[in-house]
Amino acid sequence: MVWADWLVSTVSRALAFGVPLLWGTLGEISAERSGVINLGVEGMMILGAFTAFAVAFQTGSPGLGLLAAAGVGGVAALFHAFLSVTLRANQYVSGLALSIFGLGLAGLLGRGWEGKPLAATLPSLALPGLSRIPVVGPMLFQNQTVLTYIGIVLAFLLWLLLFRTRWGVAIRSVGESPATADALGINVTLVRYLCVVFGGLLAGVGGGYLSVAYRPAWTEGMTAGMGWIVIALTIFAAWDPLQAIWGALFFGALYHLSYRLQAFLAPELLKLMPYLFAVVVLALSGFGGARWRRRAPGALGVPYVRGER
Amino acid sequence: MVGRLHAPTPLPSRPALVLLKDITKRFPGVVANDRVTFELRPGEVHALLGENGAGKTTLMNILYGLYRPDSGEIWVKGRRADIRSPRDAIRWGIGMVHQHFKLVLPHTVAENVALGLAGTPFWAPARAVAQKIRELSQRYGLPVDPDRRVWELSAGEQQRVEILKALIRGAEVLILDEPTSVLTPQEAQELFKVLSRMKEDGHGIIFISHKLDEVLSVADRITVMRRGRVVGTVLAQETNKTELARMMVGREVVFRLTKSTCQPGEAALRVQDLYARNDRGLWALKGVSFHVCRGEILGIAGVAGNGQRELVEVLTGLRRAERGKILLLGREVTNRSPRLLSDLGCAHVPEERIRMGIVPALPVEENLILKRHHRPPFCWRGLLRPRAIRSFAHRAVEEYAILTPSLRTPAKLLSGGNIQRLILARELSGRPAVVIAAHPTYGLDVGATEQIRQLLLRQREEGAAVLLVSEDLEEILELSDRIAVMFRGEIMGIVSAGEASLEEIGLMMAGERRSPVRSEGT
Repeated sequence: MVWADWLVSTVSRALAFGVPLLWGTLGEISAERSGVINLGVEGMMILGAFTAFAVAFQTGSPGLGLLAAAGVGGVAALFHAFLSVTLRANQYVSGLALSIFGLGLAGLLGRGWEGKPLAATLPSLALPGLSRIPVVGPMLFQNQTVLTYIGIVLAFLLWLLLFRTRWGVAIRSVGESPATADALGINVTLVRYLCVVFGGLLAGVGGGYLSVAYRPAWTEGMTAGMGWIVIALTIFAAWDPLQAIWGALFFGALYHLSYRLQAFLAPELLKLMPYLFAVVVLALSGFGGARWRRRAPGALGVPYVRGER
Repeated sequence: MVGRLHAPTPLPSRPALVLLKDITKRFPGVVANDRVTFELRPGEVHALLGENGAGKTTLMNILYGLYRPDSGEIWVKGRRADIRSPRDAIRWGIGMVHQHFKLVLPHTVAENVALGLAGTPFWAPARAVAQKIRELSQRYGLPVDPDRRVWELSAGEQQRVEILKALIRGAEVLILDEPTSVLTPQEAQELFKVLSRMKEDGHGIIFISHKLDEVLSVADRITVMRRGRVVGTVLAQETNKTELARMMVGREVVFRLTKSTCQPGEAALRVQDLYARNDRGLWALKGVSFHVCRGEILGIAGVAGNGQRELVEVLTGLRRAERGKILLLGREVTNRSPRLLSDLGCAHVPEERIRMGIVPALPVEENLILKRHHRPPFCWRGLLRPRAIRSFAHRAVEEYAILTPSLRTPAKLLSGGNIQRLILARELSGRPAVVIAAHPTYGLDVGATEQIRQLLLRQREEGAAVLLVSEDLEEILELSDRIAVMFRGEIMGIVSAGEASLEEIGLMMAGERRSPVRSEGT
């Protein structure tokens, strides 16, 4: 029974920790499917975290906080879209700049907010009926906030959008071969802007989740590298929203275990685990060769210039 | 010549399908189109003939909305058309099949057709267009499976998808840019049948080409362009190859190269049962065997993408051979480094001359010594010797007639023909035993093409073994002593140039194996 309890609480916590990763990854999949890599996830998430906390603290409404976080994430992504799509700047440099800028700005603005208690946090929501199922109920359907459920539904919706609709065909085509899409009258710039900004909205919410639901507090640098895990997770999930669910759960478990196992292993070592796995995942996806790489959008990271072959 | 030129006659009954009036387009340094006027009538195939760089594709990109003209007007069916983007062009009933297909390779045929297609449902658009694709492909004889992924299709099938894409969008005007460059002769005949069916339906077809024979056989009218200008428009029935060539090049053109009879020596390059994979990890070479003798040119013919690129890469040490043997002058060199191969006397004229043939930003003189920069006389104890390099470069530039402002000019600023001569100067300078040339005249004008071909023939006369890979059948037939045809990573047969017929080679290009009785072993 001890093991069963341990398993239930581990999965439950892994899921809770996986939520920001899932939101961030869905956002990054949206951007990358359109051919724009956004390394600014860490920056968008930390800005989201701070905004959500500050707004929830002032208004007493965590929902409003999350909305504001989405807005701020979207605006940050808009900068990236402007630099990388309109100005055709190097997407990697622009994304890195956004991350560094976001971390710095959030740290600066958040100075006075450190350590303040947040009264209005996002409540957990036990799904009626489902939460009573033995083992599975407490694992998945208790002690979760509404963002867990929305995130998973969103993954399914994004999958449907990408693979079963007109818009999806357009988005994926823009990411694979913008010249083709352009020749058929698709507005490549518009599609990329929308996908990148949508990705920013989701990343903002993912960050906000940390400060109004998971931890309810503001600490500088509280995203702790999650934005970088999101980048690895996008590759790990092979740009597929459904696989992102499992990926987020897996990395959520790694984060969680790094707290759980502190009694047995050096905490520094355990904290390394998610990053170590991220490196392993990236290495494997490189080794797996053609099979993995074939699924990466063909024009990922390449600005589109009409008339160039 | 002038007396035969076709005056732009106004058609009494129906207005022209397309009228381009005084189109001018300048790019930095060149006038790509200089007051070009072009007219297309319903139910005709109108060929646009000219050398590479004559401005044909630019003109059509203007009609398709990819470029904006600096001045001039576009009229479609008697109405002034303001075409600012491909979307506008499609709305005006214009479709274009680009030379480099605009297809999303990982997607299915149906998804490619559905992309951006007005009137498809929001949900499951691919399923909805699949039915339409089947109908249209039946009607025009363009068989293609809507559910296949495009990267699995042959070049000919991909072209059909492009044509279907245009038809399904209601194109009345179809622009085909060098459509036969990826087809076997038989596939080209199939395409011509499709075009005549479309003609009967009242479509107008603009057929861009630089090949005289096919233009004469497929077109009703022919407009010839040279250096951005229209030289004239003639009726196909009233002209001939010589006249067209003169209009296209601006001087008389000799069609036959003088070629001495082949006196093959010992085999300099021998390939036995070679296997290799392509970038996707699939088999690209499946048991390829042949040999090339000193003093002969072996031509490798085939439609693009049947393993030619991989073969060249394996032979030059750029790709791993999984199985089989390569013997260079009797010595086994399978999977040895490119430097060793070049030191042993194997010259490589690569397929992509700017990406693989030169270092674009380095000056001409340094590009000329690239392969031997580490050895005397160009290098002494790890230091370059500029004077030796300069005097060598001087001689090379003169001997190979490379037009360059100076020896210090970055190689990328030279024209295509001069870049190719630079590469040949470097590769041929060490008296190579084997010359591997991939598409050596691709994209060059007639003059440069002639020179490059002469250089290859001279190598053969001097006793080098030349392996010539080309998709240009005419070039293969003209230069080769023997011809090997590749299909899906295998050699379908090797014939001597004297006894080869175009039909036979075409069949082998489509995958028909030559009867073993007459084929030569290695």
